[in-house]
Amino acid sequence: MTATTVSNSGSANEPLSIDAVSKGAFDFDMRAALTSGLILALSLVFIALCGIPEGLNERLLIKPVLSLGYLSLLWLPLLFGWLSGNETVLEGMVATKKGARDIVRGLFVGLIGGLGLSLLTVLMDAFDLRDPLVNWSPATEEVLQFSRSIGFGVIAWPVLGAILGAFGAALHVMPEKIRKAVMAGLGTVLSFAIFATFIVDVADFLDDLLYARRGGLKWGWAIALFVIGAGASFLGGGRKISEMKSSYQAATGPAKRQQTTTLILLSLAALIIIPLITGKITQELFANIGIFLLLALGLNIVVGLAGILDLGYVAFFAVGGYTTAVLTSPNRGPDFEGFPTLPWWGALLVTIIIAGLVGLFIGAPVIRMRGDYLAIVTLGFGEIIRLLFLSDWLNGWFNGAQGITNVPPADFGFFSVKGTDPRSVFYLVLFFAAISIYVSWRLERSRLGRAWMAIREDESVAEAMGINTVNMKLMAFVVGAVLASFSGAIFAAKVGSIFPTSFLILVSVIILVVVIVGGMGNIMGIIVGSVVLIGVLGGPKQPGLLAEFSEYKLLIYGALLVVMMLKRPEGLVPNARRSRELHQDEFLQDAWLKGEVDTDDDMVDPSTGGEGTVAPA
Amino acid sequence: MSDTNTDTRTPLLEFRNINTHYGAVHILKDVNLAIYPGEMVSLLGGNASGKSTTLKTLLGMVTPTSGEVVLDGEVVNDKPTSYRVERGVTMVPENRRLFKRLSVKENLELGAYLRNDKAEIANDLERIYTMFPRVKERLNQKSGTLSGGEQQMVAMGRALMAKPRVLLMDEPSMGLAPALVQTNFELIQQIHEEGIAIFMVEQNANMALSLADRGWVLQTGRVVLDDTAENLLANPELQKSYLGGA
Ligand SMILES: Nc1ncnc2c1ncn2[C@@H]1O[C@H](COP(=O)(O)OP(=O)(O)O)[C@@H](O)[C@H]1O
Ligand SMILES: [Mg+2]
Repeated sequence: MTATTVSNSGSANEPLSIDAVSKGAFDFDMRAALTSGLILALSLVFIALCGIPEGLNERLLIKPVLSLGYLSLLWLPLLFGWLSGNETVLEGMVATKKGARDIVRGLFVGLIGGLGLSLLTVLMDAFDLRDPLVNWSPATEEVLQFSRSIGFGVIAWPVLGAILGAFGAALHVMPEKIRKAVMAGLGTVLSFAIFATFIVDVADFLDDLLYARRGGLKWGWAIALFVIGAGASFLGGGRKISEMKSSYQAATGPAKRQQTTTLILLSLAALIIIPLITGKITQELFANIGIFLLLALGLNIVVGLAGILDLGYVAFFAVGGYTTAVLTSPNRGPDFEGFPTLPWWGALLVTIIIAGLVGLFIGAPVIRMRGDYLAIVTLGFGEIIRLLFLSDWLNGWFNGAQGITNVPPADFGFFSVKGTDPRSVFYLVLFFAAISIYVSWRLERSRLGRAWMAIREDESVAEAMGINTVNMKLMAFVVGAVLASFSGAIFAAKVGSIFPTSFLILVSVIILVVVIVGGMGNIMGIIVGSVVLIGVLGGPKQPGLLAEFSEYKLLIYGALLVVMMLKRPEGLVPNARRSRELHQDEFLQDAWLKGEVDTDDDMVDPSTGGEGTVAPA
Repeated sequence: MSDTNTDTRTPLLEFRNINTHYGAVHILKDVNLAIYPGEMVSLLGGNASGKSTTLKTLLGMVTPTSGEVVLDGEVVNDKPTSYRVERGVTMVPENRRLFKRLSVKENLELGAYLRNDKAEIANDLERIYTMFPRVKERLNQKSGTLSGGEQQMVAMGRALMAKPRVLLMDEPSMGLAPALVQTNFELIQQIHEEGIAIFMVEQNANMALSLADRGWVLQTGRVVLDDTAENLLANPELQKSYLGGA
């Protein structure tokens, strides 16, 4: 699909089944365009029938022209238009120049997509299918008709689709500089519109200035922001950043180390300062991101490095949370009678030990299994641990469904960490995240890390090298458990009460998605993954910046996973290794084009010349 | 090298009446073997006759149900694989089995996983680079992207990094292009000349026996022939079973 991939579908000399003979604006694969158009139409209808446009219509982005509900539909034709422009038929090996025909194709794709919604508008008016389809409702109908009339809706959707599709495709045709400016402008407007709560939280004087009273950017400001964003990009704002980036990448040796240190110190300073000047919403957001980052870092060691697909990772989060809660709260189960309550940091030490032991205990039987079996068994253990905390049997310790309330703040004398002060939580999380990142980073480069990678690659060969695979895998499990328990301990102090329902399987799933989407085995990717997924979409129960989407969170996670697996299996921030191995065909092809790899190697080994070609009998 | 009166020395590795089972399936049946320091011997046998199982049992990845595995005169039945690797027993697995997504360098370093002598490891790396200049050119490439011949070099290099006294080679010519089979045997010969004992498991009887001092023939887990390479090559039964069987 990408322009660099050589496909054999369109070599210039071969007669093609499509009408590629005529040159001009309509010289594109009509069938393929029709297919993308239909996929677009189906996607749009699906989103509409999920009730997303209607549910999010209240949230105005730009007053009065655009709501989040409409955006949930309109971004798709734009994307499809852009993607259709990517499907260039290669002639020989040189990609053809983008031009009018790409725009026409984008327009065509968008038009078909829009027609899908027109059809839905008409059908909604004519039939009542509300029984199986709950969102076949007057409210959805109203959105589809733009609150005007059927006729308006039926015409407006294809027109909008076509315009956006053509625009998406046109992005390929514009000169690079203009394209970047347009994207920057759009990005600025949308960021200000979508992340309004966050922006107001950081700088509340902007509230009255930029935003209308019931939410949404004032449209005058929307235009102004577009101009500002585009102008900044046009005048070279983005170029400075990319220059700095490439100079950083080019640096080596001590210079690079120095730059890395500076970069880390700067980010750390920024992370310490930002919460000081922002409001509670941002601080809470940061704290939640941190808590899930800690979990993701731990799971990354287990899944990303050692290759153990643990689907019950929430178990260790639960153990961390519960252990800290019962050791610090006066409201724990009656069977703890006589145990002194500990301060948070004292409890933390015990928590680490208990989590490590539970890691050993669960790990020992599980670790001998491989692949799918292991995944299923860990899934089971994740549930068993939660059910134990919920059970009548241990009710005397853990209070069953009532949970453990009144978990006191973590008191460090000079400052105390409690849920009502999300900033303090964030600082505590930051401290532990820094430790975990450092530990992960060191482990990855250690002998232990190498043993884990060998096991991930080929367990029996690793064993043959003398690696004690059972012990090493157990070790990964224990390290993962301990990192998760940090997170649980902080979580307990933050929320002040711990219930079995805080530790549903969903938590395991979300952490795993963070790890996969970010890029397995890659610390930077895990950080970006946490910020994007937890920060924007939110955690299992914690709202993100797009709190409106929380109802559709799983849908979005699912879609994201599918798209990532298909298009970018190496994660958002790939490391060179993963991306090379996952795109090996393309990599080899590129190398072959550049003449780096001779693929006939196996037949005649150049190092021995032509000698020794006699095949043994 | 063709000296077969080695019985007075202690064997480096030995099987005494080994029986191995996978679950209820009896694989190796009363197998006796002895590999002496510095010699090149070969184990021949058709598909599924138990050749790989023999190597895994020697290395401790499979535990025998009866009999003794002896390393330098010591019974090592209950010693882990790492114990044997540390004492110079190293395997080049069937089909090379590199860690495909790790770089060539990482593969080589993993071969020296149990060693602590940093300076010597660096030395041995250099030695491998001179032995295989092509490997040196590709140190940071993922080993899965190498050609078959290069993968074979890395597999050998990885094994040598363990500082072996005996190399257990599981069908080294399997899956190699015909032109490479010859080069590969030359390479094995070269390693052997450095004093490393070679225990080569092969289906390719003629080629293996032309290099080896002695050989055994395994048939459904039982040793049916045990002789010098010369005699085995001349053995009409072997010729027949290899021309007609497998
Ligand atoms: N892990 C295992 N579990 C059960 N049976 C096995 C296992 N490994 C090998 N076998 C069986 O043991 C027999 C001998 O296998 P192997 O030693 O690999 O033969 P060879 O290397 O001579 O081809 C075969 O029948 C094979 O199916
Ligand atoms: Mg075999």
